[in-house]
Amino acid sequence: MWWINTKRILRSGFVGFWRNGVVTAASILVMTVTLFVLGSLIFMNAMLDSALGQIQSKVDINVYFTLDAPEESILALKSSIESLPETASVEYVTREQALEEFSKKHADDQLILQALEELDENPLGAHLNIRAKETSQYESIARFLDSENALSSAGTNIIDKINYFQNKIAIEKLSKVISSVDTLSFAILIIFIIISVLIVFNTIRLAIYTSKEEISVMQLVGASHRYIQGPFIIEGMMYGFAAALFAMVLFYPVTIWLGPFTEDFFGGTNIFDYYVDNFSQMFFILILSGVLLGAASSFLAIKRYLKL
Amino acid sequence: MNQHNQHDDNKHLLFVNNVRKIYMDGLPSLDGVNLKVHPKEFVSIVGHSGAGKTTLLKMILAEDFPTEGQVLFQDLDIHSLHKNDMNKYRRRIGMVFQDFRLLPHKTAFENIAFAMEAAGRTDEEIESDVPHVLDLVDLGDKIWNFPQELSGGEKQRLAIARAIVNQPDVVIADEPTGNLDPSNTHDIVQILKKINDLGTTVLLTTHNKGVVDSVQSRVVTMENGKIVRDDEHGKFII
Repeated sequence: MWWINTKRILRSGFVGFWRNGVVTAASILVMTVTLFVLGSLIFMNAMLDSALGQIQSKVDINVYFTLDAPEESILALKSSIESLPETASVEYVTREQALEEFSKKHADDQLILQALEELDENPLGAHLNIRAKETSQYESIARFLDSENALSSAGTNIIDKINYFQNKIAIEKLSKVISSVDTLSFAILIIFIIISVLIVFNTIRLAIYTSKEEISVMQLVGASHRYIQGPFIIEGMMYGFAAALFAMVLFYPVTIWLGPFTEDFFGGTNIFDYYVDNFSQMFFILILSGVLLGAASSFLAIKRYLKL
Repeated sequence: MNQHNQHDDNKHLLFVNNVRKIYMDGLPSLDGVNLKVHPKEFVSIVGHSGAGKTTLLKMILAEDFPTEGQVLFQDLDIHSLHKNDMNKYRRRIGMVFQDFRLLPHKTAFENIAFAMEAAGRTDEEIESDVPHVLDLVDLGDKIWNFPQELSGGEKQRLAIARAIVNQPDVVIADEPTGNLDPSNTHDIVQILKKINDLGTTVLLTTHNKGVVDSVQSRVVTMENGKIVRDDEHGKFII
């Protein structure tokens, strides 16, 4: 009997979905807009993350060594830095590489190149480019280096300059901006999720309100609560499913249109590429949100009318 | 008040025992109503608007709770029933309303099938019984029509078909002819009489003198929330 009832509930839900034309269309429309906004927030978050990631990747600490710093001491320091939990990567640039980079960078500046040629010795020291996992962690790496500074090769200080202390204010500001943007985008996401839940709940509540009389008749003929609720919950889930499909389809032209703009604005991240690469994940999130929202809203909305 | 005493009072189907109902306005809608309905009886409840007829039916259907008193159905206090037992109780009552209260998005077949499904009937029973009951109310050719495609009389006949399909112990009809023309009114009364002749108890509320007089059965008259007359073979007297 359980299976027969379940079959009847499913059939009744599907039939109700098709037959309640206007109510179905209105509910799907509102849910599509809501899920589109939710999806847009996911896109915005991804774009923002990518932009912040790019900014973060441009930040590093450079430790410049004295010209006579022995390579083994530099490599020993490199190993110590790599063992720090805050360190993402350490790149060692030898004096020769530093000169080569410098020459490449100033290839068009004949004056500088001539000045270099006139020098007998390479004037550039080796250096380490250090990247932290988070922008906020540069300070602790710099503090470590400051203390390591005391360590030297045969009593001579091998570190010439650490550029963190010159860029400290800029890095700290950037850390604060990144942290604020993260918090703000999370807060906006939560606020929009709450608004979306309320909109969907009210839409479905209105849809079920139109069936108020029907629900009371169903109770008066002795139908169980499960038998009355079931088809409405199925309908709510179908609204959510259809709305998620429409929202995903709608994102296709919108992301194509916005692609070049986001590529310029967010430093190379194309929203259409993100849509294509993360299609299945986005689709799953929207379908799940739509179906769960539809089911929960229907369940709560109909409870109110099941008091006979 | 003329009391009817021809039935054995111990064999009542329904017993409304000293029921009072007071709503928010403080005035009693029902004021100490006592009514016994016996199996196979046809009882017409008459009275002006506001006399308490619909409130009384609401108490019998457990749509609302009495402020005082009890409604017993075969000695069961219906207002103390749990959810599942309440559903079972309601399946033993067939309800017909003035405004039909059909399920608008279901066909004639589906409206009746819904009541059978709610009662746990099998698909085979539904397939065989629904056409049969629609034939009984002369709607055999409207089986796939939606309620909005039916006339007022047809809608009410469909509502009656839904009410009787589970072979209830009692059919309660609340002003079933209120929205119908004389011809359809006559048809509906004949169907209700036929249902009663086949052994089902019928409880009817009406304003319509012609309906009461043509049924020629017990008439309970209500006024200001009280039963003021109870005549075994009564006529409409207000």
